[in-house]
Parts: sequence; structure tokens; C-alpha cells
Amino acid sequence: MDKINLDRADSNFKKELASQPGGETISACFTCRTCTASCPITAVNDKFNPLRIIRMALYGLKEEVLTSDFIWLCSGCYACQERCPQGVSITEFMTLLKNLAVKEGNMPTGIRAQRDTIKGEGRIYPIDDFDNKKRAKVALPPIPTSCNVVEKLFPPVRN
Amino acid sequence: MKYAFFLGCTIPARSRNYELSARKVADKLGIELIDVEDFICCGFPMKASDYKSAEVMGAYNLCLAQEKDLDICVLCSSCASQLTEVAHSLSEDGPDREQINDELSRAGLKYGGGVKVRHFARVLLEDIGIEKIKEHFVKDLSDLKTATHYGCHYLKPSEIYDGFDDVENPKSIETLVALTGARVIDYPGKKRCCGGPVLPVDENVALSVAKEKLDDIVDAGADAMCLVCPFCSVMYDDNQKSIESEFGADYNLPVLYLTQILGLAMGFDRKELGLNINVVKTKKLLSRYFD
Ligand code: SF4
Ligand code: SF4
Ligand code: SF4
Ligand code: SF4
Repeated sequence: MDKINLDRADSNFKKELASQPGGETISACFTCRTCTASCPITAVNDKFNPLRIIRMALYGLKEEVLTSDFIWLCSGCYACQERCPQGVSITEFMTLLKNLAVKEGNMPTGIRAQRDTIKGEGRIYPIDDFDNKKRAKVALPPIPTSCNVVEKLFPPVRN
Repeated sequence: MKYAFFLGCTIPARSRNYELSARKVADKLGIELIDVEDFICCGFPMKASDYKSAEVMGAYNLCLAQEKDLDICVLCSSCASQLTEVAHSLSEDGPDREQINDELSRAGLKYGGGVKVRHFARVLLEDIGIEKIKEHFVKDLSDLKTATHYGCHYLKPSEIYDGFDDVENPKSIETLVALTGARVIDYPGKKRCCGGPVLPVDENVALSVAKEKLDDIVDAGADAMCLVCPFCSVMYDDNQKSIESEFGADYNLPVLYLTQILGLAMGFDRKELGLNINVVKTKKLLSRYFD
């Protein structure tokens, strides 16, 4: 594991996180490593380590965390959160970091594509006539091929 | 017994076998699944990028069920988790609900709380009961050795699921499978995630996570997997060939939905359960159950 470099620490980051859903509990972490030991992603790729991400956030390494690729490797599986003896909402915290990264303009293309499809079409896999033909063949009811309500729910396209 | 049937996005587009078999099993047990045309995505895949919009989508769907005065039954674990979480956080009148209702007002809707969301397997256990389910079985599946995969969001985060099953020692799926006489094989990584949500970020990491489970299951001697989520199936069934070629493995492990196993015991035929749609071929394994 690389050494954590504190030169660019932002002392407000910890406070900023503590006031948002998912960030309230991270200061309770006492570095027991249960999260890292439970993580299915760490098991296949040690670039990803939930405890290290929590430490980096607590040290105020805002830019480093929010521009990183590794926060996006969290699968959101809750294995860590269910086991944390300190009640740290680790999975919700990872979700918060990803949301903050997006606000700073950092998001993987695949995730952006998913968001745009869902907000535009109301579904992650839009249905076309061909899908409905396949459904009809096995006597399944048709699914709407368009969705108007998303325009109302999400009026101007945000970034 | 009547529920608003929330199919989500993955099932109608990619898992007709799950939908078919679930509808057959429901029918047999007298469960009425009401299709709601206007349901949209539950919002789950947008949680990471836009948490608030994901919540609005979840709440929109709850409103449609509320209008029909029905609780929701889902087949997808991620839909279960997202809709349950939103229902949970909007269960009480307060600033959170007000804020969401502000957004929903653009679509002329208002959520008043009270819609319950449950996975199909949970409905079977809680509302139908194992005795009644068993009455409908006509075939004994005791030659079948299955490995169950719970996945993550079927039971987690536990705080939203009101004590249903036990995250560290889950039993609900194997209880249902065992009713058919089929054997349930234990294996080391039973609680491990499939890696699916990482697929759009890093395919190699996602497939590596899924591979570990396939290795464990084949080593333990199971001859089929049992799932309750279409997205887990994307990883283990749709992507099994890619995993085999990427890592030089050879599994040829049929991946069945819980509802296909139950339907098999109820005497439905291959096509009725969509077993011909499964990606990894099931014919050889299951031929002994059909004439
Ligand atoms: S399990 Fe909890 S307390 Fe232990 S290291 Fe992880 S976050 Fe900290
Ligand atoms: S939720 Fe994320 S950090 Fe926690 S165990 Fe799962 S993948 Fe690892
Ligand atoms: S969780 Fe998946 S399947 Fe369920 S509605 Fe959402 S995207 Fe669609
Ligand atoms: S195992 Fe995969 S698809 Fe299934 S619930 Fe977990 S992350 Fe979702």
C-alpha cells in the first residue's frame, strides 16, 4: 500500500462529510480492518481498500479521494457495513463519495451512460418493438416502449 | 392475495425465463400479480451518481402502487433494496417526504407512506407458507444438487428489512429449495457479491469476483446454481462463457432461478418455465424430470 501523503490535506473535508447522509459516522472508525477483510473487491484487487479510503477522507485528502478511480470499484454490497463493530455506514459513505465526485465532474463513462439512459428513457434497458415481439411469443404482456414522466420528474438536464 | 408486480428494467429485457416461471408459480399458488404499465426504473443504478434522483424514481413507483392500494412484489434484489429503502425513509411524515413530494408534484403525485415492498421469495414464505407451497408439488427433485446465491441486496442493508432472514446465516432461499427435495450444497463464498455493479467501471474486476464464486460452487460439487435476482444472472449465466475464456476455466454450470426450481417441482414443462432461454444449457441436467 502506498504511503498516504498529507501535503494536500483539506481540514474542512471531515466536517463537510459529517453533515451529509453516509458521512455522519466515519469518525467512529477505530481501524480494526473488518471492512477490508470482508470486501469482495479487495479480495481480487488490492488497489481497493475501504479502510484506506475512510482514513484518507478523515485526513482531509479531498481531491485525492474525489478524483480517484478506486472509489468507483466499490460494488455497494454492504458486506463491510453489516459487520463494522463501530456502526460506520461504510457502504453509504462510498455512495456519498461517488456522488460528491460526480459533482466535481468525475465519473466513469459507464456510470454516466447508465445515468443518462435512465433519466432519458426511464429504464436502464429501454424496450423496443422487437423485445415486445419476443415477449408476445411466450405470452408475456407488452411493456411501454417510451416513457414521458421522466421529462416531468427531471426537467432540465443537469450535469 | 394481490400485489403490484414491479418487474424493473432487467427482467422484461433480459430475463424472460425468470418472469415466465415466476408468473407460473404465482398463478399456481393463487398469487395475483397486477401489472402496472407506468412503473419506471427503481433508480438503483443511479444511486452512485445521483442519489437524490434515484430516490425520486423510487418514490414515483411507490406512488403508483399507492394509487392502486397495493403492496409491491419484486423479483429483482436491487429493486427490492432500492424501493424498500425509499419506502423506509419516507415512511414518516417529515421534511424528507415533503422534499420528495415537491419533486413528485411535477408529475401530479404525492406519496403518503404505507406501501410495503417485498421480494417474491419473501412473499412465498410470509404470505403463502411452506405447507401450502408443498401441496402443489408433483415431482421430487432429490437428484438435484443446488448451490444457492443470496447476493447482496435481497437482505442488505439489514436495517431496512425488518428482521427478515439473517444476513450472516441466511436460510430463506434454501428453505424454499429444500421443499422440492433438491439438495442444497454448502460452499465457502456463499455470501459473496457477484461483482455486477462494477461491470460498467472495470470489467476485469467484476468478472474476477464472479469467477471466485463459480470456482467455489463447482469445487463443492453442486450441479446448478439457484438465484433470486436477474442481475446476478447476468454475471453467472450471461457472462459465464466470458469468464471461462478470460480465465481459462470450464464450468458449464446451469444457473436456475428459484422460481424455475419451484416450477419444476410443480410439474410445469421446460418452455413454460423458460428453461430453454437460460444461457448455460439446462437440458441435460434436467432431462430426468421431463418425459
Ligand atoms: S470495520 Fe468499521 S471500525 Fe473497522 S476499520 Fe472498517 S470502518 Fe473502521
Ligand atoms: S460495500 Fe464496497 S467497500 Fe464495502 S465490502 Fe462491498 S465492495 Fe467493499
Ligand atoms: S434495480 Fe435494476 S432492474 Fe431493478 S429497476 Fe432498477 S435497474 Fe431496473
Ligand atoms: S450479487 Fe450482484 S446483482 Fe446480486 S444483489 Fe449483489 S450486487 Fe446485486
